[in-house]
Amino acid sequence: MSLMNEKEQRIAAIALMLFGAAAMIPFADDGYYLSLCVNIVMYAVLCTAWTLFSGPTHYISLATAAFFGIGTYSVGLGIDTLPFPLLVAIAAVASGVLAGLVGVATLRLSGVYFVIFTLGLAELVRQVVTWLQVKFLGSVGLYVFTDMTEKHIFWMLLALAAVVYITGWLVNRSRLGFALRIIGNDETVARHVGIDVARAKVILFMISGAFIGITGAILAPRFAYVEPPSAFNPVISFQVVIMALLGGTGRLWAPLLGVIPFTILFDRISASFPNHTSLLIGVAFMAIVYFLPRGVMGLIDDFRARHAKSRHAAAGVPEAAE
Amino acid sequence: MNSAPLLSVEKVRKAFGGLVAVNDVDFTVKQSELIGLIGPNGSGKTTMMNLISGALKPTSGTVRLAGEVISDMPAHRIAQRGVARTFQLVRILPSLSAIENVIAGAVFGHVRAWGDDAYREAEVLLERVGLGGRGNVPTGSMTYIDQKRLELARALASNPRLLLLDEWLAGLNPSELKIGIELIRDLREDGRTIIMVEHVMDAIRSLCDRCVVMSSGVKIADGSVHDVLSQPEVVSAYLGTEDA
Repeated sequence: MSLMNEKEQRIAAIALMLFGAAAMIPFADDGYYLSLCVNIVMYAVLCTAWTLFSGPTHYISLATAAFFGIGTYSVGLGIDTLPFPLLVAIAAVASGVLAGLVGVATLRLSGVYFVIFTLGLAELVRQVVTWLQVKFLGSVGLYVFTDMTEKHIFWMLLALAAVVYITGWLVNRSRLGFALRIIGNDETVARHVGIDVARAKVILFMISGAFIGITGAILAPRFAYVEPPSAFNPVISFQVVIMALLGGTGRLWAPLLGVIPFTILFDRISASFPNHTSLLIGVAFMAIVYFLPRGVMGLIDDFRARHAKSRHAAAGVPEAAE
Repeated sequence: MNSAPLLSVEKVRKAFGGLVAVNDVDFTVKQSELIGLIGPNGSGKTTMMNLISGALKPTSGTVRLAGEVISDMPAHRIAQRGVARTFQLVRILPSLSAIENVIAGAVFGHVRAWGDDAYREAEVLLERVGLGGRGNVPTGSMTYIDQKRLELARALASNPRLLLLDEWLAGLNPSELKIGIELIRDLREDGRTIIMVEHVMDAIRSLCDRCVVMSSGVKIADGSVHDVLSQPEVVSAYLGTEDA
């Protein structure tokens, strides 16, 4: 079996060009648009990492804010004493470990119980961090002063996005990826063909959590002043779910189709209606769930299927013909 | 060593609260034996299958596979030891293609394969169960018997030491039934060890070396098919006692 087939090589080439083009953005604009692009890449990473786990398993995790905040705090606490790359690594390990613990404790729960647990977890971690800070550091905030600017953050996020996509691609073609597709279809069958269902889910949840933690770490210099409500902001958890569902969770790159329009929409809404942001986000969310239950990707698939069908009909080929 | 049982079920009991679904049942299955597990509805046959495959844990008693205790293992480990099964209500993986459904059985189970090897073996198995060349057909559009065939191919993909067929012939029409019986006979000729839970008596008579009869969770008979079916306890379990 070759490393990549022709179609994959073509996709890789296109992806490489897009990444190259994206890397040039900071040279074109250093203000508003770069800032918007940082948001887009950030959410692209978060949503793709979220989808790595939640796509195949159908477990809706609202723990994004917990992992993100752990990452931000790893940097905030250590920035004066340790080099930044090491802090990013610590962020990855810390959030990966947290994801592992949560996974072991909760992945036996299914459906709504898992959702509620992860939501509660984010809040719990936030409260614990606040308490520890007040108790041992005497203040709730941390200053993160670095010489990193928006464009450095952008490039780091872009590199991280590349790593996330490559990881996702490798997982999808591995036994682990295949196991998760089976689990997503029918857990009982998965167990009876020899899959350690709990282990597969925990491993993937850890990978997903670690990437989210790294994102939080990279974003820390942007905050400059880190405090629990901003680092563990539950809105991040919800937005990630909304955007990923808007894009679709069936393919690795599908969340991107939700991230780009939604980030721009969110930016417009918060600029024009700063007092009604939540309301409009809520309306957008309901509209997505109602009109696009399978996301933009679902629309594209439907369109392709129709197109293929009409082509068949035009050629007079009956569909059942062998 | 060949005469030692491949599977031995020893005083296995399963209680759901106050209801004892399987009540201290013992039986053994030898290598290459095909046994029928029969009994009226609700007699505990499917529960017994679930206890062997690890879907349920026994309340007490042990199940051994080739001497090794498997009744305390989780289902996936039992599958890896070489127990494969089909389900009473057919369970297909709908978003996977037919051939992927078969490969699913080969990747994590007893004898493992991955990549091109798994693909080739899956094609052979599809051919074997009568679905040759249909590996890319969407599973949703398959007929009931084809889905059953697919499930059987998936169970065979790991080359299991013990195959559990839970009413695999149920719901088939007479001509499909003939095909199904031939398929199982083929597997027996290969020397595969099989336990089949079945209501179709023709199949039991023509296929099984031996059968175990359960009624209300208790084993009431165990022996050659002809002997067992003429025992008065078995007759009354199926038809009721004369004075009832």
